[in-house]
Amino acid sequence: MIKLIGILIVAVGFALRLNPLMVVVAAGLATGLAAGLSPTEVLALLGTYFVDNRFMTLPVLLMLPVVGLLERHGLQERVATLIRRSTAATAGRVLLAYHALRAGASTVAVNIGNHASMVRPVVAPMAEGAAARSGVPSPDKTAGIRAHAAASENLGNFFADDIFVALGPVLLIKGVLDAAGVRADVMAIAWWGAPTALWVLAVGWWRYRALDRRLSGGAP
Amino acid sequence: MTLLGLEFFLVLGGLGFGAMAVGVARDRTHPRRAGTAIFWTLLAVCFAAGKLLPPAVVGLMVVIMAVLAGARTVTPPAPAAENGPDRATEADRLGNLLITPVVLIPILVLAGGYLLPFASLADVRMVVPAQATQVALGLACGFALLLSSRFTGAGTPVAFAEGGRLVHAMGWALILPQLLASLGGVFARAGVGEVVANAVGSALPLHLPLAAVVAYCAAMALFTIVMGNAFAAFPVVTLGIGVPFIVREHGGNPAIMGALGMLSGYCGTLVTPMAANFNLVPAILLGLPDRHAVIRAQAPMAAAIWIFNVVLMALCVYRF
Repeated sequence: MIKLIGILIVAVGFALRLNPLMVVVAAGLATGLAAGLSPTEVLALLGTYFVDNRFMTLPVLLMLPVVGLLERHGLQERVATLIRRSTAATAGRVLLAYHALRAGASTVAVNIGNHASMVRPVVAPMAEGAAARSGVPSPDKTAGIRAHAAASENLGNFFADDIFVALGPVLLIKGVLDAAGVRADVMAIAWWGAPTALWVLAVGWWRYRALDRRLSGGAP
Repeated sequence: MTLLGLEFFLVLGGLGFGAMAVGVARDRTHPRRAGTAIFWTLLAVCFAAGKLLPPAVVGLMVVIMAVLAGARTVTPPAPAAENGPDRATEADRLGNLLITPVVLIPILVLAGGYLLPFASLADVRMVVPAQATQVALGLACGFALLLSSRFTGAGTPVAFAEGGRLVHAMGWALILPQLLASLGGVFARAGVGEVVANAVGSALPLHLPLAAVVAYCAAMALFTIVMGNAFAAFPVVTLGIGVPFIVREHGGNPAIMGALGMLSGYCGTLVTPMAANFNLVPAILLGLPDRHAVIRAQAPMAAAIWIFNVVLMALCVYRF
């Protein structure tokens, strides 16, 4: 049971908002020592796996010069223009459009925005604007639109990056399975993320439509 | 013999980190000059020469990097006074040309991943098949970089400076996934999986294939809710439940299990206040009176997505 100390360290360390790198290294060292390894052996184990998993950091590193250059020349502004130009008529459709675009970009490791850079200045005001065409929404309804705008960002961000072979989640799955001595193909891992990514879009459509219904209904 | 390998791009990445370290070391205005420069130097050495050094030395370097990050000494340099061209004007001028390179990358990676293993010159192979996607990504990024330089009229040095700026902005968080995978390795070697497997296996009927799937997906979501991070939950739950029961005992497909297991973890992320960046900060940012309004909006979505993952895994993991 003492070997589970690492899990405890991660849970407590993350809950206390300590630096994640420090928490993870502490959990690794404690687990190795608890399993009866010598300090040198634990360090060697950590070093071996860190070197074996360098390939996980590499894709981000290779893509950032391209993304940085395009951002310097207005990539995010261009995306914001495309979203503004969309002729979505209701709050729910604005959110669905952003969700789809965010997810599409996220499959190619491009972050077109986050809560601070896109949702607050662009997506939420646009959704509220669309809703206001049929009368000014009550504060409660406005809060509902904003909460769903944040949700559209999270859904688009989380569930699509599993279908690109060279991104963190896929490579982490591969790395952990490798460490356990189980062989898996990165392409296969990536393909099996696709059905859920499509389903998430459907779930978004369902919830945003429910939001539209509530907005157009008389109830607060 | 092969022409291009993963190691080539890793050394290239190491040189990039090295250039960042030199930049920080020469920047007298940097508030945390020493700590930041040492962090990127160590990472540069790990990338460029990790294979040549004794593993224990690399391990020690990892510990030092974690301590530097924990002591808040890894910070980005001050933003440059000159911000480059006006972004709004450039966005209007370039239009969708800005989007073309980033859309090209995955298409090229996909094509390269399938085609590169067949490419050869006389008896020199282009790549090792297992590294085909990685090499394809490197080549695709190189091509996209040339294309973007051409479209924007900026040279590649500008691109590398911009890349460095973004890496600085990510800071220590850049290596968190890599470190979590390493933690998974240490867990695997220390036998953490066996302990979890024994505990869970004696409490739940995991000798039933379906029960193993449900338990694995539920544990992914629950551990993510507790730890606030699906990446941290994945090694524990996969080594403890997924590999011993779904893969080893019932012969399930590890790729399907891993992909859908991770996605089940994300459902936990949608409903946990532990993932404050995603769930609590936006509520404050958007001026919502209820701090948990975002979680409340996401709860039905999380449930629908989790159930879909479980059903898909139950239907497919033992079949393909």
